[in-house]
Amino acid sequence: MTITRHLDDATLMSFAAGSLPGALAAVAAAHVAMCGRCRGEVAFLERIGGALLGSLPQVAMLRPKPALPEFGGPQEATASPGEVPSGEVPPPLMRIAGASLDSVRWRWIAPGLWHRPLPIRGEGSLHLLKGSPGVSVPEHGHGGSELTLVLRGALLDSSGRYGPGDVADFDEGIEHSPAADATGCICVVANERPTRFRNLLAQLLRPWHGI
Amino acid sequence: MADLLRRIAERADPAAFRELYETYGPRVKAYMIRRGADAGTAEDLAQETLLMVWRKAALYAGDKGSMTTWLFTIARNLRIDRLRREVPWQELPEGRLAQASGDPQPDEAVAEKERQERVQAALAELPAEQQRVVALAYLEGLSHSEISARLGMPLGTVKSRMRIAYQKIRATFENLE
Repeated sequence: MTITRHLDDATLMSFAAGSLPGALAAVAAAHVAMCGRCRGEVAFLERIGGALLGSLPQVAMLRPKPALPEFGGPQEATASPGEVPSGEVPPPLMRIAGASLDSVRWRWIAPGLWHRPLPIRGEGSLHLLKGSPGVSVPEHGHGGSELTLVLRGALLDSSGRYGPGDVADFDEGIEHSPAADATGCICVVANERPTRFRNLLAQLLRPWHGI
Repeated sequence: MADLLRRIAERADPAAFRELYETYGPRVKAYMIRRGADAGTAEDLAQETLLMVWRKAALYAGDKGSMTTWLFTIARNLRIDRLRREVPWQELPEGRLAQASGDPQPDEAVAEKERQERVQAALAELPAEQQRVVALAYLEGLSHSEISARLGMPLGTVKSRMRIAYQKIRATFENLE
């Protein structure tokens, strides 16, 4: 898997800071799990957090220090996970999306398009989306940020091709209507604001006619 | 600090833990308060953070990473976990991310302590409006939209200030090589 489309620097910074809205953080975590480049960036950005934490004015601890034996001894070092997952569902999504894309219970929303809402507390909405070959992922009339991560197949738009692991991270207001390529596509989409997929039927999918 | 961790990892040394606790507990508590916790919850979370250091010291003792960065990642994850348990936040292998990526580490020759100091210096040199945006994200946990609302500036401006701040900090490392 060659990942060429990464998270925006501002998205990476907020992810490392722990301040991305829940749904966006889920997709960012999924991309980071798949992408060595972005893992390195996050590690770098975490140093900023360390520096800021180290410079905070102290607030005294009021209660007595906990008795350590109650908590057991230090654990032995275990092997670092570190492995790039080989499956299609990145580990951060497995618990809510299941381990296999073949066992997702899809809901039909429009010709050639299915979705599966994923439970997420916190801000935003999270969906798996499946498009048949040539079907575009429609604009869905929301505000705020959106992250789209390809899990299977590919998306194509005017800026090129997005394969598995690639993420589309665009500023609000940028025209962007990717379509599934000839093999179809499954992606996970996070929106900062709730998405009303029912409205999608009204703005039916444009078949995709090639670049 | 690496020495304290080694003493915890190798001998479960309570004196080393006490020193670590007294040095960092109040800072982690301050962080939790900045992220919106009340004083009691902030103290609970600070305790949990330090106990995590106690339990996982062996994972980290041999590492070259910075103690405050490791603490930051633990504190951040605990805070997120407490706020919204359902967020599938990746259990980040704290402090080992860069190694796990398998990418070459061009700045490996530079001691982590020096790297941390460089980040600190680069942060201090940022213009106030960039510092502000970075601090709101890291310390108060505000999203891009929330920062935009707080400062009354367009979302695009918030994001571009973040990007510029990041690029400047990163650039101080590129000059090293």
